[in-house]
Amino acid sequence: MQELGKAEANSTRIIRQDDKRVIIEKDLDTEYMVLSMGPQHPSTHGVLRLECITDGEVVVEAEPYLGYLHRCFEKYCEKVDYPAIVPYTDRMDYLAAMNSELAYCITVEKLLDIEIPRRVEFIRVIVAELNRIASHLVAIGTYAIDLGAFTPFLFCFRDREHIMSLLEWISGARMLYNYIWIGGLAYDVPADFKKRVAEFVAYFKPKAKELYQLLTENEIFVKRTYDIGIMPADVAINYGWSGPMLRGSGVKWDLRRNDPYSIYPELDFDVPVPDGKFSVIGDCLSRHLVRALEMDESLKIIEQCLDKMPEEPNFNSRALIPKKIRPKAGEVYGRAENPRGELGYYIVSDGKSTSPLRCKARSSCFVNLSAMKDLSKGQLIPDLVAIIGSIDIVLGEVDR
Amino acid sequence: MEESANQMSLAVQQSKTAYDNIKERFGDAISEFDANPTMPFFEVLDTKRWVDIALHMRDNSLLRFNYMACLSGVDYPEEGKLGIVCNFESIGHYAHKIAVKVKCPRDGGSIPSVSCVWHTANWHEREAYDMYGMVFEGHPDLRRILCPEDWTGYPLRKDYQVQETYHGIKVPY
Repeated sequence: MQELGKAEANSTRIIRQDDKRVIIEKDLDTEYMVLSMGPQHPSTHGVLRLECITDGEVVVEAEPYLGYLHRCFEKYCEKVDYPAIVPYTDRMDYLAAMNSELAYCITVEKLLDIEIPRRVEFIRVIVAELNRIASHLVAIGTYAIDLGAFTPFLFCFRDREHIMSLLEWISGARMLYNYIWIGGLAYDVPADFKKRVAEFVAYFKPKAKELYQLLTENEIFVKRTYDIGIMPADVAINYGWSGPMLRGSGVKWDLRRNDPYSIYPELDFDVPVPDGKFSVIGDCLSRHLVRALEMDESLKIIEQCLDKMPEEPNFNSRALIPKKIRPKAGEVYGRAENPRGELGYYIVSDGKSTSPLRCKARSSCFVNLSAMKDLSKGQLIPDLVAIIGSIDIVLGEVDR
Repeated sequence: MEESANQMSLAVQQSKTAYDNIKERFGDAISEFDANPTMPFFEVLDTKRWVDIALHMRDNSLLRFNYMACLSGVDYPEEGKLGIVCNFESIGHYAHKIAVKVKCPRDGGSIPSVSCVWHTANWHEREAYDMYGMVFEGHPDLRRILCPEDWTGYPLRKDYQVQETYHGIKVPY
């Protein structure tokens, strides 16, 4: 943090107004002020403190402080055996627990080198995509709240509730599922699973369109997000961004396509990237648009999976799960495309023990948030709220 | 030799090609290539040259490792060393991936920081420092990130003992 003192005398500060840059202040003798945002700031969905140095209404620098939630994921992993880590991964990204489980399980399976039944793969993809939609709904709903709109939030949570009850019906838990296990699933899906998921898809399709219109055709929403917090593509890559953040900067990079896992190569879907017609590439609006469009792609994926999913009589999803999981010595970096970006696990096995020697979680939020200092420079304080919201952070993933 | 090359999967072959390029430039500064199927890697033996290697990896027109996916700290108690493992790939240029290991002595060791090469390394190195205690030379802002700044010890070291109290609060409960 830089030394506080007088702001540069005779400085001219540029403040945005109506999409045009106009100079509003000149030759004023001002001082920097430190402003703490949080740890209870509404758009942080948890606990995060931003220490901002402000010059009037302009943010000179915003430095995030983490660690309020830190509950020692990596230490815990070294103490328990491989399957016992699965419920703990749920608690990392609690808005997309299925995706977190999937990432962890495919990583361990890579180390074990085992084949997964096709039916399991389809069920995994369906629940993961359902959870992606639920997660994006929270992201969009709370983002609207950050910017002062309440109705979209209610719409989003109403629709998310359908997914929550669907997943509860499948797995027995509302948010922290522990459903995807290493080598398979906790149990097979209930009997009329296909019917209920198809019902949800039919219900949600028009709702997604409605939600899209509600926000992106809203002038206030667009004004609050357009041309704010711009991140150029090359800097985003250098910062290690992933997911909707990276795609919002115009980079067509999706692990489901670029480093495919499970049955994604067989499925037909697009990777939405802003074209610059409606938003400035890399701004907050682009990131919002990517999330909104991705929900439609997820629906497409679910529909295809329902068509192709094989019916196997007396299917036992646990048959392949080894009693004691003891991978051969080696190390692996495995990952999956989470709603927030790349979730990777680096696991080292010594070949003797039933718990990993080292298990590091590379969470997308941690990496995306690290660019906050650059993103916040020279922005207005209310725009800072728009920027934090557009990152869509889940602090459980940042602090782990 | 040729037979083993045929057995390598395409991904490992791509990493091998990238490795050969780096080996040609840096010679003995890096170790032999480990062609395991789950995470092919090489180790930087001459730690001082890590930043040069990093710059070469990022900027060489045949490599273009512009994306650092992950940086993990690791403890190697039997070797008496601490280390980092970095996973690289190239977005928009090539499909190859490679992992790099850099190690330093366990007591008072240091590794050159690459946060000037990949911005994302900044926070990852802070986390590795917080959890393992290796110093990253040239890091712009090396502070603890997850633990409080006055915490004693490095929690992910294998021989870590939890401190009894922290500001009068009992710690292990």
